[in-house]
Amino acid sequence: MKAFFDSDLWWSFTRSPVTVISAIVAFICIAGAVLAPVLAPHNPFDLASLQLMDAFKPPAWSSEGDATYPLGTDDQGRDMLSAIMYGARVSLLVGFAAVIFSTLVGVTVGLLAGYLGGKVDALLMRIADIQLTFPSILVALLIDGVVRAVLPRETHSEVALFVVIFAIGISNWPQFARTVRGSTLVERNKEYVQAARVIGLSPLRIMRSHVLPNVMSPVLVIATLNLGFAILAEATLSFLGVGVPPTQPSLGTLIRIGNDFLFSGEWWITIFPGVALIVMVLSVNLLGDWLRDALNPRLR
Amino acid sequence: MTATPMIAADDVARYFDVSKPLIQRIVAREGKRTLRAVDGISFEIPKGTTLSLVGESGCGKSTVARLMVGLYPTTRGRVMFDGQDLSQARADSKQRSRMQMIFQDPYASLNPRWRVVDIVAEPIRAFGLIEDKQAILTRVGELLTQVGLSPLDGQKYPHEFSGGQRQRISIARALSSSPEFLVCDEPTSALDVSVQAQILNLMKELQSRLGLTYLFISHNLAVVRQVSDRIGVMYLGKLVELSPAESLFQKPRHPYTRALMEAIPDLEMTGRQRIPVGGEVPSPISPPSGCTFHPRCPLANARCKAEVPVMKPAGDAMVACHAVEEGRATA
Amino acid sequence: MSLLQVKNLRVEFPTRRGTLVALDDVSFDIAPGEVLGVVGESGAGKSMTGAAIIGLLEPPGRIAKGEILLEGRRIDNLPYEQMRRIRGREIGAIFQDPLTTLNPLYTIGRQLVETMTTHLPITPAEAREKAIGWLELVGIPAARERIDSYPHEFSGGMRQRVVIALALCAEPKLIVADEPTTALDVSIQAQVIAMLKTLAREKGTAMMLVTHDMGVIAETADRVAVMYAGRIAEIGPVREVVRQARHPYSQGLMGSIPPLDRRVERLQQIDGAMPRLTAIPKGCAYNPRCPKVFSRCAVERPELMDAGTTRAACWLYAEGQS
Repeated sequence: MKAFFDSDLWWSFTRSPVTVISAIVAFICIAGAVLAPVLAPHNPFDLASLQLMDAFKPPAWSSEGDATYPLGTDDQGRDMLSAIMYGARVSLLVGFAAVIFSTLVGVTVGLLAGYLGGKVDALLMRIADIQLTFPSILVALLIDGVVRAVLPRETHSEVALFVVIFAIGISNWPQFARTVRGSTLVERNKEYVQAARVIGLSPLRIMRSHVLPNVMSPVLVIATLNLGFAILAEATLSFLGVGVPPTQPSLGTLIRIGNDFLFSGEWWITIFPGVALIVMVLSVNLLGDWLRDALNPRLR
Repeated sequence: MTATPMIAADDVARYFDVSKPLIQRIVAREGKRTLRAVDGISFEIPKGTTLSLVGESGCGKSTVARLMVGLYPTTRGRVMFDGQDLSQARADSKQRSRMQMIFQDPYASLNPRWRVVDIVAEPIRAFGLIEDKQAILTRVGELLTQVGLSPLDGQKYPHEFSGGQRQRISIARALSSSPEFLVCDEPTSALDVSVQAQILNLMKELQSRLGLTYLFISHNLAVVRQVSDRIGVMYLGKLVELSPAESLFQKPRHPYTRALMEAIPDLEMTGRQRIPVGGEVPSPISPPSGCTFHPRCPLANARCKAEVPVMKPAGDAMVACHAVEEGRATA
Repeated sequence: MSLLQVKNLRVEFPTRRGTLVALDDVSFDIAPGEVLGVVGESGAGKSMTGAAIIGLLEPPGRIAKGEILLEGRRIDNLPYEQMRRIRGREIGAIFQDPLTTLNPLYTIGRQLVETMTTHLPITPAEAREKAIGWLELVGIPAARERIDSYPHEFSGGMRQRVVIALALCAEPKLIVADEPTTALDVSIQAQVIAMLKTLAREKGTAMMLVTHDMGVIAETADRVAVMYAGRIAEIGPVREVVRQARHPYSQGLMGSIPPLDRRVERLQQIDGAMPRLTAIPKGCAYNPRCPKVFSRCAVERPELMDAGTTRAACWLYAEGQS
């Protein structure tokens, strides 16, 4: 731990006020989302506590506002603040899970392609190239659509969350694979890898214990930047109505619901989830940008 | 020589495919292109001795080094390791532990994310030489001491060491499986001259103490003179001269060997005017016909352009040169 | 008068762990037409001295103290634009890697012509003729045909010749050459050194030749400065330093070069390694490795002092001082 606070990474972190603020904001977002059941003033999913009388309450600071609902309520009388906190929970869950999924796939493919080379490399990278010619949101839509068509409705809503995670995750692995392959090509020709080959270690063991730890820095950067993308992708899918099931509304779902009321004057139902989404993605992306600069030895 | 040599190379060649990708080849209507990095070389290294290979960049000496520990398979020819085919020896972990390699770049030859103790212990663990954890630590401590470092250095990471110290760690790592045959690929060329002297002294000391056999790759003739029993001079993938070390320096026979010696700046400041050899090393993808040195050779004639010379005895050396064979080279 | 004077040059690198002193109290002169060799191990500060002179110190490095004078005029504090004009017109630079000097997008002819028309009062047509002359001079075969080739169409050795032509074509008074032959093979190295030497002599150009290769220095330089840990340890005529160095570090450095003409059982070596800039010992920076160390060395830092025919920063030669 002491070594961490002594490191160049920590030093460059403390020297960048934008990064520090982003980190604090991101931390608040994540903490608020994770601890929603504890922190949120209401439980938006507890139907018993919902009062239709409280529907369409504007934010607390406006003249008709109610202090119990700081950011107002939606058409069902749900507290917007609580709904956003619970919604961010779903958004972050999908985002993290999707990034972990694409990291696992991408890093594995990249390592194999880069280290083994030859036909394996050609095959895997062509697959990545082909996928990269389609916008990733299209790939995600396609997968979601196929699953929807194949599975019966009830089963679908049970697995919908996993489908979204899979769809977003799979749509983004080529970026990881390409980066890892590039770094692997550099590392595999380094002499420490050759030294390991001289003593006859298996390729799998060399990839795991020598190459992998040395290609992880760029992966960390891409993963952070991709978290923002994945959250947005989920919001887009949910906004289009094909994402997470309505029983677990994410920020995207909230924005879609609110969108219907935007022109009738109840702007807060869609604006607040939107602002929450922007703040969350922006802070994560700024962190990613900093991480990229800090880990890039040429800029240091 | 009756004893089995440590390593014996017989007409060893290694080609690399450097063709452009298929589609580009079709568009440009080009054929496949082959780089003949090593093109038929033969030598033996008796146990406990050092053979050095010298030559300029691109002559294939580093490829030979990698062929001798099986990092590349041979395209042609055969390598025998202590009387056994190298590929068979490589399949047997007991035999494999008898050969090790030391590399040129002390900044790339150690995994930056590993502690020194794990780097040095890697061969011990890979070959299962010692199982007990404490015993491994003791052994690593001994090895670090042997190369002039402290056992306490084991807990540090490579970036905490200077180039020379890193090269010592590489040597400790190579020695950890108690090898008999060490391939050293330019082990001092990335080091400063005062540190180079330290490493060369250490290598010589270890050789006499442990009875090691070295294949030593270098571009520096002065360094090679200090460590070698025999020296092979390479040019464009071929051996042009193979000679006992002292004989090579006292009586260089091949015109290329002479050119190399001429090229070395004179530290003694005798004021001797050097006549540098003209031209540059041609591409090994399309080497010149006949003797590949003929475009730069002052002794070249029609035969040299047409006919590839083969290694023939000349005194106590082997030389591949028509001029030497015909006695035209006695300058 | 000296062409170049470097006086008490100090280069610092501010880092978060305090200020690193990369060069300290470096002083030397170069006379017109003279070749000064600068040797030392990696990290000794030899390349940085060259970079400071041509005004290309890598940030955050900066000149903290001292002066650099070219023909009596201070050049260390000039604004970038003025310094750029001096670089090229009055000081030519040759670096280790020719690819960093040549623009890959322009033909070598265009680069030569542009350099000459910027700095010399000639027309492009004259400059082109001159460029061909320069290429012939540095030993590019078929210069007239090859002048319109791009840098990548030349081999490493030929490229370095082009770089040399580029550094020389504006006829500067001083050339700063940083490891000009290190990236080349021995046989090519010899050709390039021979060429540099001849050109410097014929054109009367002074040269600062930075290299770790003592052999190159011995063949080319008139005087040599030996650097250690950011300071000059010894400076003097090349013959004296090579044959009879006074500073124990120069002695060790010369002694550890493997001889070509005989085999020795054990090479002379300097134990230990040069200190990092973060941990330069008190007193003489060389004292922990010095075989002749005595009490004063660990306390007081020696300045350059007369040591027979050379000047050495070593307390062994303090008696002769006032």
